[in-house]
Amino acid sequence: MRPETNRSTITAVALASLLTVSACASSGSSSDPAKPPAPETMAEMYGTDADPAGRWSPGDPTMAPTPDPRVGLSAGLLDAGEAIWNLSLVSATPPPADFIGVTNSDLAFSGNYVIQGNYNGFIVWDVSNPAAPVLVKEYVCPASQSDVSVYRNLLFVSGEGMGGRLDCGTEGVDEAVSPERLRGIRIFDISDIRNPVYVGNVQTCRGSHTHSLLVDPKDSENVYVYVSGSAPVRPEEELPGCSDLRPDEDPNSALFRIEVIQVPLAHPEQAEIVSSPRIFEDLVAPPQHGPAPADIRAIEEAVAQGKFVANVMGQQFVLPDGFANQLLAQTVSARGGEGAPTAADSATLRENLDDIIVARFGGGDDGETDGDGPRPGPTQCHDITLYPEIGLAGGACEGYGLLIDITDPVNPKRIAAVADSNFSYWHSATFNNEGTSILFSDEWGGGGGPKCRIDDPLEWGADAIFTIANGSMDFQSYYKMSAPQTSFENCVAHNGSMIPIPGRDVMVQAWYQGGISVFDFTDPANPVEIAYFDRGPTDGERLGAGGSWSVYWYNGAIVSSEIARGLDILELEPSKYLSANEIAAAKSVKFDHFNVQGQQMFVWPATYSLALAYVDQLDRSGEMGADHAARMRSALTTLETAPASERQNAFMNMASHLDELATDNPASAETLTALAGTVRELAGM
Amino acid sequence: MRAPGVRRTVAALFLLVGTAITTNLTEAAAQTDGTATQTALSPAEFEAVYQARIDSSRMRFTEADVEFVTGMIGHHAQALIMSDLAPTHGASQSVQTLAARIINAQKDEIALMQQWLRDRGQPVPMVKIDGLDLTIEMSAPDGEMEHDMHAGHDMHSGEDHMMPGMLTQEQLEELDAAFGPEFDRLFLTGMIAHHGGAVTMVHELFAVDGTGQDEAVFKLASDVQVDQITEIARMELMLEQYTD
Repeated sequence: MRPETNRSTITAVALASLLTVSACASSGSSSDPAKPPAPETMAEMYGTDADPAGRWSPGDPTMAPTPDPRVGLSAGLLDAGEAIWNLSLVSATPPPADFIGVTNSDLAFSGNYVIQGNYNGFIVWDVSNPAAPVLVKEYVCPASQSDVSVYRNLLFVSGEGMGGRLDCGTEGVDEAVSPERLRGIRIFDISDIRNPVYVGNVQTCRGSHTHSLLVDPKDSENVYVYVSGSAPVRPEEELPGCSDLRPDEDPNSALFRIEVIQVPLAHPEQAEIVSSPRIFEDLVAPPQHGPAPADIRAIEEAVAQGKFVANVMGQQFVLPDGFANQLLAQTVSARGGEGAPTAADSATLRENLDDIIVARFGGGDDGETDGDGPRPGPTQCHDITLYPEIGLAGGACEGYGLLIDITDPVNPKRIAAVADSNFSYWHSATFNNEGTSILFSDEWGGGGGPKCRIDDPLEWGADAIFTIANGSMDFQSYYKMSAPQTSFENCVAHNGSMIPIPGRDVMVQAWYQGGISVFDFTDPANPVEIAYFDRGPTDGERLGAGGSWSVYWYNGAIVSSEIARGLDILELEPSKYLSANEIAAAKSVKFDHFNVQGQQMFVWPATYSLALAYVDQLDRSGEMGADHAARMRSALTTLETAPASERQNAFMNMASHLDELATDNPASAETLTALAGTVRELAGM
Repeated sequence: MRAPGVRRTVAALFLLVGTAITTNLTEAAAQTDGTATQTALSPAEFEAVYQARIDSSRMRFTEADVEFVTGMIGHHAQALIMSDLAPTHGASQSVQTLAARIINAQKDEIALMQQWLRDRGQPVPMVKIDGLDLTIEMSAPDGEMEHDMHAGHDMHSGEDHMMPGMLTQEQLEELDAAFGPEFDRLFLTGMIAHHGGAVTMVHELFAVDGTGQDEAVFKLASDVQVDQITEIARMELMLEQYTD
């Protein structure tokens, strides 16, 4: 046994004895007969019967069921086959009649209400009982994509499509230039959510594909809306001041900028654009994280096969065999020889290959970039996730992921940028709770394409996870829902949110008809899927529209906007990856409203579930022996009902020992310290 | 309402359920006081309403929309011809990756655009690629070839109706004759112009009255625009490596 292991074991034993003492000390107190006995072993906690073949082992990323039950699901609009793992489907509610067959889009949450965007307007559901959502209001006011956000009594809805009307009419707009057209932000007063009042609009040059709501902690008078629009710029005749010239030709160009709308809370009808920050200024050649894994593999394979690889201007070129043979023959004749090339000829060629390629084909130094085309760099963002509590935003902007300082809401400033050769179109960003990692998604193909077929690379249409340190972002890994889907199912990374599992970075994400995937990226270099839900295609004969547009955790429920099928509500089920205590701790975090693009920090109230969740994590990681963990659980459960003074003493002792343990066990120090803090708070209750 | 017995509790195991959950199908009618009520629709009724709504959404297109989609199929097809050359012309790994993604993306979009036309009872361009040669035959929506209409309509090389950004046959031949870094440079230069042409086509589409009212064509055109602008920026950065 290694000395350091020995030491921590000894400390753990010391803690265990303490806990035993504490538990004994309180044994005389009455215990709640309704409370189930604390589980003693991993087997009791997680149940081993689910794993008769012993296929699963902790930390093994291949633990998902095999073969993957998401493959081969039968098609159907309302009767498709379903595969579900570590989740339960609590309700599936179709849209009201006027919204059937029209795309359901994004979600926002306020109190017990879910507001679901739809290309035909928006729908308000009361989800007080997640098993039976109640329709509260359907508001017909067509505009794609009807991205929604809510703050207090205000509801904001994005309009981008050509058919959106100022008067909410359903007839569309037939003229290319029309005073009737709405492309921008609609504002509703939902003081009475059953009777939303349409109070105003802010028209923007590119319309609003999405928007993000910034609640500035320093400004109680206003909220800010960051508008992202990706469609072409409107004609100036329709909206004065709109220009799609390059900024060097027209300083007021609507390209290469975002729009910031200030909304006075007392007078939302006075909302207006207050700045158009050019956050892309001087953005050239962002740092890449090097060649993609697939590219590196291709080169390595070529080298392993003895192929000739030229290295010219930082790019590697694998020579086709025929061409390499030609060059070899020339090498032979250059030395005055004849016949088959020798090993020496190969070596000579390899040595001179780069120069030969440059001499023969040039380095391309006569090339010129076309001065008339769009200049490099994004002209817009698709989505910006604002996280005011850490003063940062993540911008998913065409070919770039940006880190933006938003401490001054009207004047956001770019502080870092990344690009990725595997990313087609940067779609959205999600921070982990601490703001130490950021996940960007790639909506390759725009969401209408079937990008999860078995031959579609796992690096394409995926998430890319970066760590954030000292204002820069470092690539760690890709994550893609890995169950191959049919060519009838549109599938690519889409909208998701963090789930407040204490001490872990767990996210739920929509993959359109690829379903819903829950994964853990606490280790940003090794994301692991821990739950999923998927249905078969909406149409079994052709590519149809459907699947989850957005799926977000809100106050204990996982709510999904199904494009064709309506509103789905799911719940997490305890599993080997996620204990009942961790789920209970997640459910203890409550928000009064939630917009995923305005990220709010999770703060966990000190509860017994939270303490037990940390114990479960120490147990799962093997940092705390199973029997020690069981004693710890037993102590916590018993002390919950012990007299206050007794509880206080025992918990303060427990906390001190956990702190000592943390000092001795750097690997689990964070969890031990968090547990100590929780126990200290419990002592004071 | 869902039958309570249908609720599934899943702990550390998966259930593969062949039959869908019983859904609480609702039909809501907004009342004058602003409240809404839910009335059950049977699954068959729901599917009927769904199909009717999808069908009616396919009635809002214009001739300009059809011309755009029809033309873009041929435009995309030339991108496939160019990209198909990358593996055999000593392209760098990064250009090969880009070319592979263009092939994947534009093949899918061609299929999507063909479906869009078929759904609207329009002739569907069928793409035939033979090396550098591209032939587009117009097929009736039911799949019958319309040999008498546009049979053998040739989309390439300096013809009268060159779409913006299309390479001439001579430019394609020049690309085909290039290798390694020279191929990369010509490919990137050509594809930047080609993508730029697609963006121009989108702008021209939206300048016509009545276009883009069909959400599918609005999304298609917007996606083409934003995806290709993004790719142009990436290719310009790649090209800079050869010009520094």
